[in-house]
Amino acid sequence: MSQELVLNAHNLKQHYQVKQGLFKPDATVKAVDGVSFTLEKGKTLAVVGESGCGKSTLGRMLTMIETPTDGQLNFRGEDLLTLSKEQQKELRQKIQIIFQNPYGSLNPRKKIGAILEEPLVINTKLSKAERKAKALEMMAKVGLKPEHYDRYPHMFSGGQRQRIAIARGLMLDPEVIVADEPVSALDVSVQAQVLNLMMDLQQEFGLSYVFISHDLSVVEHIADEVMVMYLGKVVEHGTCEEVFTNPKHPYTQALLSSTPQLSRDKRRQRIKLKGELPSPLNPPSGCAFHGRCQYANDRCRSETPVLRSTNNGHLIACHAVEESRLDSLAGAA
Amino acid sequence: MSLLSVNGLSVKFKRRNGDLTALHEVSFSLDRGERLAIVGESGAGKSILGYALVNLLSKPGYIAAGSVQLAGQELTQLNAKQWQGVRGKRIAMIFQDPMITLNPVLSIGDQMVEAIRSHTRIAYKDARKLAIEKLAHVRIAAPVQRFDQYPHELSGGMRQRVIIAIALLLNPEIIIADEPTTALDVTIQAEILQLLKQICLDNGVALILITHDFGVVSRIAERTLVMYAGRIVEQGPTLEIINDPQHPYTQGLLNALPQMALPGQRLNQIQGSMPPLSEHPGGCAFHPRCPYAQDKCREKVPGFVYSGVSTVACYVVEDMLAEFAQYDEEDLDV
Repeated sequence: MSQELVLNAHNLKQHYQVKQGLFKPDATVKAVDGVSFTLEKGKTLAVVGESGCGKSTLGRMLTMIETPTDGQLNFRGEDLLTLSKEQQKELRQKIQIIFQNPYGSLNPRKKIGAILEEPLVINTKLSKAERKAKALEMMAKVGLKPEHYDRYPHMFSGGQRQRIAIARGLMLDPEVIVADEPVSALDVSVQAQVLNLMMDLQQEFGLSYVFISHDLSVVEHIADEVMVMYLGKVVEHGTCEEVFTNPKHPYTQALLSSTPQLSRDKRRQRIKLKGELPSPLNPPSGCAFHGRCQYANDRCRSETPVLRSTNNGHLIACHAVEESRLDSLAGAA
Repeated sequence: MSLLSVNGLSVKFKRRNGDLTALHEVSFSLDRGERLAIVGESGAGKSILGYALVNLLSKPGYIAAGSVQLAGQELTQLNAKQWQGVRGKRIAMIFQDPMITLNPVLSIGDQMVEAIRSHTRIAYKDARKLAIEKLAHVRIAAPVQRFDQYPHELSGGMRQRVIIAIALLLNPEIIIADEPTTALDVTIQAEILQLLKQICLDNGVALILITHDFGVVSRIAERTLVMYAGRIVEQGPTLEIINDPQHPYTQGLLNALPQMALPGQRLNQIQGSMPPLSEHPGGCAFHPRCPYAQDKCREKVPGFVYSGVSTVACYVVEDMLAEFAQYDEEDLDV
């Protein structure tokens, strides 16, 4: 496949001002703090991390639900943040989002047909008959039957609802789908169906996915590239294979070793992390991960590491990796 | 004698036009200190089973038949007062969401002392001492300070630790944990599972772990029980079930995991989804989704057979065993 750049984010930031009471100054929560990436046509970029790391906020910025406080976001060369409202509306159609909970994301009082046609009503001048034809066509593509057109969301199971949500996302022929934990709420057997459907649709329409997930086994399966986030910052970014077979950042290593594995031989020696994700209101100085990291030293506590490329484009933000402290310690232990 | 033995337990839900059966004749046993996992997807009846064991079924649910015996004592016949001596004391429970389980307006300490003092006559001072001891046991740092804190001051993992500490207060014989780690991040999940396992090993407590996640099961349980549409379909040692699942549903469930397929390839999906309670099909409930279904699967519920790996309710396995037995006999004739 040719390398066709679709989405390009540079140093995206989302800082929230939080009131702390009458006599205290406002605090700043850096939900996303300088995220950059590129996404090619037909590829999947996975964003992983624990709750509170900013991965969903990133998804909301990419779909322009929230405006970033700083940074650039380019879709096919056009800067989405400097465009006029009209032009933004035009381009918004090309980036769609699928949410985690299909019970919350579908309007319970609308029939499936109306749910699927709504984007067309808002964004196109198609006639009623044309809209219906398009909705039925999309329903067939995601594995729903024509008779489902007149039913309400409560008549469907979780897996079918997620199919409806996917169909709605595809109604305006988007090029990028931001999927925010699309299968976390589903049972294992249904999860497999939805993941298969997403992979099929990607093939058919040449879609690019930004796949936000905390489930590393799903990510390993579906992603081309993986970006690991911790407290609003990217700590590791590389190809899926590279990140999973050769994780470098101590946080990525710990995350991978914590994922439940079925077979004993595949199971890694579990790396225990001290404590939990620190409060974003009061992030640690230096590397945000230092309080939980077994390799931390004084430099980690004072200086914030930046993303550095190692070999073949694998990016890591870690002083210990840079100074090869990891290997010496692991060797000693 | 096993610690807990469940025989032919059926749970129904009252409805005007005919009751719905949520659990069909479930039988299993649990030994002292054993760690048992109950696995299934949503709608399999695994949580209902957990609730039924401790008589917490909410109306209109009721136990329609069967017996639950704790060390020889029949539990299904107990009245509310007698249950107080069992629930929370001999059988403790841990639920999924630690934010809902804990009372937000009481301090951690007050909730723990309340739990102790509602079961035993003990001075506040001693109860407090016991509570702090248990908080330390679940490896909460600075237990004396935590004792006076409120649930909102603790993180999710910490709250789940507090709940485990509460469950341990009265030295129960069995802990029933219903999806205890589902709401937690993976790094925290791993720690909580490790803690649960260690507690069972240290104190000789038996564990019933209700979960949908085979990865969790493989970490902690010695024996596994797989449920589908209100019935047990397979039970046996965890490792053997994971390595060599016998029932087509167990096979499908394990094969559907992303780690079972090559990256980028299609996953092995099971067609359809778990039927709702009101539409449990006749015969083997799995037959509409089963790739091996035959006529008799649609007509009659299969009984349990021992396959050499696990105990399975499936005609396909039964037929295969019969075939093998035939070969064995022929061999003997020669």
